[in-house]
Amino acid sequence: MKQYEFGLFVFMLAAFLGFELIRRVSPLLHTPLMSLTNAISAISVVGAIVITGEHGATLVSRILGFTAVLLAVTNVVSGYLITDRMLKMFKKRGPEK
Amino acid sequence: MIENNVLPLFFMLAAASFILAIKWMNSPATARRGVIIGEIGMLLAVVGTLLRQDVVDYQWIFIAFFVGSAIGVPLAYLMPMTAVPQRTAISHACGALAVALIGTAEFYRKIPHGLKLGALTIETLLGFLTCTASIMAFGKLQELIPTRPLVFKGQNAFNFTLFGLTALTGVALGISPEAVWLFPVLAVLSLLAGVLLIIPIGGADMPTVIALLNSYAGLSAATMGFALDSKLLIVAGALDGASGLILSVIMCRAMNRSFTNVLFGAFGQVQTRAAVGEQKNVRSATAEEAAEILNGARTVIVIPGYGMAVAQAQHKTRELYEALTRRGTDVKFAIHPVAGRMPGHMNVLLAEADVPYDKLVELDEINSEFAMTDVALVIGANDVVNPAARDDKSSPIAGMPILDADKARTVMVIKRSMNPGFAGIENELYYLDHTLMLFGDAKSFVTSLVKELDASVRAAA
Repeated sequence: MKQYEFGLFVFMLAAFLGFELIRRVSPLLHTPLMSLTNAISAISVVGAIVITGEHGATLVSRILGFTAVLLAVTNVVSGYLITDRMLKMFKKRGPEK
Repeated sequence: MIENNVLPLFFMLAAASFILAIKWMNSPATARRGVIIGEIGMLLAVVGTLLRQDVVDYQWIFIAFFVGSAIGVPLAYLMPMTAVPQRTAISHACGALAVALIGTAEFYRKIPHGLKLGALTIETLLGFLTCTASIMAFGKLQELIPTRPLVFKGQNAFNFTLFGLTALTGVALGISPEAVWLFPVLAVLSLLAGVLLIIPIGGADMPTVIALLNSYAGLSAATMGFALDSKLLIVAGALDGASGLILSVIMCRAMNRSFTNVLFGAFGQVQTRAAVGEQKNVRSATAEEAAEILNGARTVIVIPGYGMAVAQAQHKTRELYEALTRRGTDVKFAIHPVAGRMPGHMNVLLAEADVPYDKLVELDEINSEFAMTDVALVIGANDVVNPAARDDKSSPIAGMPILDADKARTVMVIKRSMNPGFAGIENELYYLDHTLMLFGDAKSFVTSLVKELDASVRAAA
């Protein structure tokens, strides 16, 4: 069970790193932060790809995998794009008049 | 060869990119760079996975890529900024459903054993629960279902039984995986638990709830990392889980409430303290009178709230900001952490309307300034400026940090009517001697304020 021990270690370190990084994010950007992490958590797409594309996948798991890829890709694409769209709006000075 | 030596590097770089992406979100100056590095990370992860030897059939994957992008692009560009909380809720639902479906497929592919089974069980449970919970949150934000807390007798007992039963099924499945029939039972119970988790929570608590669901979505991705033995998933999931958790703690602190109170405390909320303020007098003013006072003010602090978002008044508010700035008035915006329906909601709306972000000031920094401020203008905010939170220990919101709008020389409140918000808490601020109530829709009232201000400029010229 070495593998899980290692996994838990990685999890613990990443969680602490996450806490430290996010504490520093200005409240100004909390909404874009949330849509960015939303896009990042669609990393589950990698699991979905393996299930959909593997050799000899059953019809059921192919359908489940296909749906999962679809949902995750939608989140990735819309998540990154809308985050960027929001961030573009944050300007230090108002529009030039 | 490639599989063993190069691909792990792809995944490691992807994890590093996600860490940088979040790191660069700490200031508006670097944040867009963060999005780009995040995209690169995702690309690395996807390409790395496509190159794996056990992925042989690409047809369905690419169709899903294509359709997903075709949905995602218009979703990102056409979504109005006022609907961002709803979008966030629905994408939590999509992400969680994806995780749950992967867990399901994994389970039926080859009935797993040991720790992998445990991870899969938790993954699926969290995935389905977060999915329905997010759909309910979406319903409340979109006002498809009543935003007030829905409560029934014995609700907490019922919910705890349901949650207990769900957990128990999960454990049973973990012990005896050969009882395959337990899996659909677990799925249904998790879906149900998600619904029941959200219905007793009111609309004003949505910032906490959305952040918490963000955390759950991250955690479910991390457990999937354990099930599939992918360090990348564990790292990305842990980052998201931490992010959501911190945001919800910040939200809770901004309301002086605990997690348990937000999630299970609906009962305290329902009480209405009617009749207290019935006989009190309020002073109201027209747009003309209000504009005159604003005209003479040297410092103005605007306090936006959910009402501004509902009325879509952010652009008109910026016009007001410009009209006042032009005559040399110092205008700032006081942003309470829980103003609106998700963390940072007001900032995004005002940024959309081209208000410079250095004018958006946080609670801790601006509170000392109210005493030296001529006019505090409240647009669609209520509980976050209620002095009862500070002064009245028996108030349901006692102890919640508030914006000290009442300390300004003149307070103006734009509000539709004297009806208390759905929290049902009377707001003492409205009855103060130096408070003027400006009755009307936020957007049209701000519009007439701007018109009056411009007219006075012309009259003077």
